[in-house]
Amino acid sequence: MAANLSALTFIVLFLPFLGAVLAPGLTRLMGDKAAWFLALAPALAFLHFCTFLGEIAAGEVVTGGYAWVPSFNLSFSWFLDGLSLTFALLITGIGTLIVVYSGGYMKGHPDQGRFLAFILLFMGAMLWLVVSDSFFMLFVYWELTSITSFLLIGFDHEREAARRAALQALVVTGGGGLCLLAGLVFLWNITGVTQLSLLVHLENGLRESPFYLATLILVLAGAFTKSAQFPFHFWLPNAMEAPTPVSAYLHSATMVKAGVYLLMRLNPVMGQTPAWEILLPFFGGITLISGTLLAIRQTDLKLMLAYTTMASLGLLVMLTGFGAAHAVEAAVLYLVAHSLFKGALFMVAGAVDHETGTRDVTRLGGLKAAMPITFAAGLLAAFSMGGLPLFFGFLAKEEIYAALAAGNPRAVFFTGLAVVGNALMFAIAFAVGLKPFIGPRVETPKQAHEGPAALWLGPVMLAALGLLGALFSGLAHQYVSSPMASAITDQKVVVEITTVPHLGLPLMLSVITMIFGALVYWRLDTARALMVRVLENLGPGPDRGFDHLVSGLIRLSGVIIRFVQPGRLEIYVTATFILLALTLLVPPLVFGELPGMPTWPEKILVQEAAFLLIALIGLIAVLRAADRLTAIVSLGIQGFAVAVIFLLFGAPDLSFTQFMVETLSVVILALVMTRLRLSPRDHRPVGQMLLDAVIAVACGLGFTLLLLKSVEAPFDNLLTDFFNAYSKTIAHGANVVNVIIVDFRGTDTLGEIAVVMITGLAVLALIRVKAGRRVAAEDKQGGRP
Amino acid sequence: MNTLILRTVAPVLTALMLLFSVFVLLRGHNEPGGGFIGGLIAASALAIYGIAFGVSAVRRAIRFHPMAIAGAGLLLAALSGLISIFAGVPFMTGLWIYPEILGVEVPVATVMSFDIGVYLVVVGAITSIALALEQEETEPAEAIGEQPLVRVKRPRKPAHKPKERG
Repeated sequence: MAANLSALTFIVLFLPFLGAVLAPGLTRLMGDKAAWFLALAPALAFLHFCTFLGEIAAGEVVTGGYAWVPSFNLSFSWFLDGLSLTFALLITGIGTLIVVYSGGYMKGHPDQGRFLAFILLFMGAMLWLVVSDSFFMLFVYWELTSITSFLLIGFDHEREAARRAALQALVVTGGGGLCLLAGLVFLWNITGVTQLSLLVHLENGLRESPFYLATLILVLAGAFTKSAQFPFHFWLPNAMEAPTPVSAYLHSATMVKAGVYLLMRLNPVMGQTPAWEILLPFFGGITLISGTLLAIRQTDLKLMLAYTTMASLGLLVMLTGFGAAHAVEAAVLYLVAHSLFKGALFMVAGAVDHETGTRDVTRLGGLKAAMPITFAAGLLAAFSMGGLPLFFGFLAKEEIYAALAAGNPRAVFFTGLAVVGNALMFAIAFAVGLKPFIGPRVETPKQAHEGPAALWLGPVMLAALGLLGALFSGLAHQYVSSPMASAITDQKVVVEITTVPHLGLPLMLSVITMIFGALVYWRLDTARALMVRVLENLGPGPDRGFDHLVSGLIRLSGVIIRFVQPGRLEIYVTATFILLALTLLVPPLVFGELPGMPTWPEKILVQEAAFLLIALIGLIAVLRAADRLTAIVSLGIQGFAVAVIFLLFGAPDLSFTQFMVETLSVVILALVMTRLRLSPRDHRPVGQMLLDAVIAVACGLGFTLLLLKSVEAPFDNLLTDFFNAYSKTIAHGANVVNVIIVDFRGTDTLGEIAVVMITGLAVLALIRVKAGRRVAAEDKQGGRP
Repeated sequence: MNTLILRTVAPVLTALMLLFSVFVLLRGHNEPGGGFIGGLIAASALAIYGIAFGVSAVRRAIRFHPMAIAGAGLLLAALSGLISIFAGVPFMTGLWIYPEILGVEVPVATVMSFDIGVYLVVVGAITSIALALEQEETEPAEAIGEQPLVRVKRPRKPAHKPKERG
């Protein structure tokens, strides 16, 4: 039974990937209706995860998996506790609505199938990211979400802005991912485990390790880039180049929360240290404030939401690192609330854009009558984001204030930050969810009317959940908030906050937030103008810095390339042979490994002496040759003589090959020489010739010493005996050399012939390029009178 | 190198060398020889033919692009290694069968097809280099159906003449 359930979970976790494979074909068959069908994949996964709710709420964990690389203690396994289950439910639940929404939003787009495939691929990666037990598996899926994000941001790849944004997101999150990998390797080396489930419950002295700070910084680099924390935030607003379903799903509800997930996951092992409690709230706080301020200056609905997403992520990081159980509860509530209302608001913004043709807030108004359902969803979501009573956002905000307002100066400071941030987000919430719908009707590029069900179903359901979750807060806490908070703090936590306001400091802060927020909303245009002026005075931000970094990198690699690839054959050859001579000569000299003087053989046969003499004559002929062609042919004399010597010493195969190689190399060298169009004679100055001679002699000497040394060592007969004994019996061949080539070491040969083939291709390409250039150059020369 | 002697001898020599290369390839398992040497001999044979009659004649004679021959060889060698996986033994294990052809028992092995693959790769790769190098010396690229990178529109120039300057 348990095995069956495990297998079922495994299949369910792969459902999104299956959907991704089917998406293009289904879209071709069924058109826009395919999205409704494809939404079944995440919907089924969602239902499957719901069956775990009771078990997890009772404090148990669900695990399963298979061995992957047992020798490295790596397993392909999953691990569901309150934290990962909540994330899994958000991913599959919102994912279902997003797939449906995409069907409506991308209706009639020629690449709709590809789009749905990318969305589902991302969904699978994100799902595996949060359920992975092995943190190396987590890393693989972490990077896969970066790649799918790249594909989705750059979906509209014909626009340069989209391509740049996609590349930027990939570079920033991918670079952070590499830091994360280094951090995970540290973690592995310090603790000796790769499973998160073991890590969390281990008393392993990680915090006392001398490498704790390095590990923390590397992990934070990964989490901060992924979750768009200041100063790595700039990729997130640019990512709004993606179609709106992507912004709603990846860049607000799920992917950007991967960093927060990681921090929450590692909180029990790495948290509660001074470094953790300084770095996280510090960067989180800066991100919160800068995000909200940047959001105020925007007029584009999606950009306003993007910057508030950045601010919300900052708030989550700040709460996670604050170091109190209440703060964790607040983070949990806010994370869930944010996924619901921000997902809904993005979809509302997308629907408005889709139906009116613009998403500039100053050019929208009075859509209430034309789009009543979208308006209702937007307003409900804005209530939750603004934190009005009766909504889930209110619970989160109350808990935030209850957690932060502890009385000491640090708490007062962060409470202040939270109040300012929340107030500004309150204003943005209504600027997106309310402002386009009320007031006088403004002319829009398209005649606005309510979109199809696919476009309003998602936002309505998410916005309604924000209300229902608060009304039935008991249930929500029992099954979601409490288990998740318990998993983050690694102790039993019961979240108790309800939607009934309690008189006290948190409520007072809430009221201040709302008044301040309403004020900003009322004077939004003034605030925007102010922010635009302030930001202009601040000068260019990290977005511009990214461009400088990239172009600087390209310039630097250009300089390096020009240094190591000067393009003159003489320099390459000289450098290669100098290095070769050094490699051969320096180690024996330094380590005193020079061979002894070879003994003169007692008896040399006449034919052996004759061929040695021929080889020598060949060499002398090379040196004294009047032109290059003669030198090449003379080199052949020496080669043939050596081949005959091989034959005399009983190596017919070797000799045979040597004959052929010599012949062909003379032919090919002669052809190359004629093509290079060198002058037939050698015109090197004497100094140059001397230098070349020294290098050549040094190489020759080095090889001679190496061979003498090798021959000195006692010969080990083990392999010879093995091949002689088994060549005939196992491999049915009498020619040991050939049997080794094609059978005993056949895989080597396969690699070698692949190299021969690639070399052939490379030479072919070089000759063609060279020929083309020369022809072009001669044409130019010929054009002159 | 358009001597009458070479032109007369070259076809015979090439045919003999090609035949010999196949002989060397097949005997390689028990006597000196094998795919690598056989391939080198065949490549030399084609080089001689090319020197005597020009590149286009060689290309016509071998019908396929030499690189395609090399590619086919690499594929054949890799597949020969793969067959053993379906027989349930590790990659590259030699498999032998002994069918009787005309009453003679002929051993056939994946090792042999592997060696033929080696032969084809060596012939293809080296011939393609040699032909590409010879090409411009004898005739422009278009004449023999090879796509040049730049269209050649110029009077033929002597191969060895050093560039005139000024």
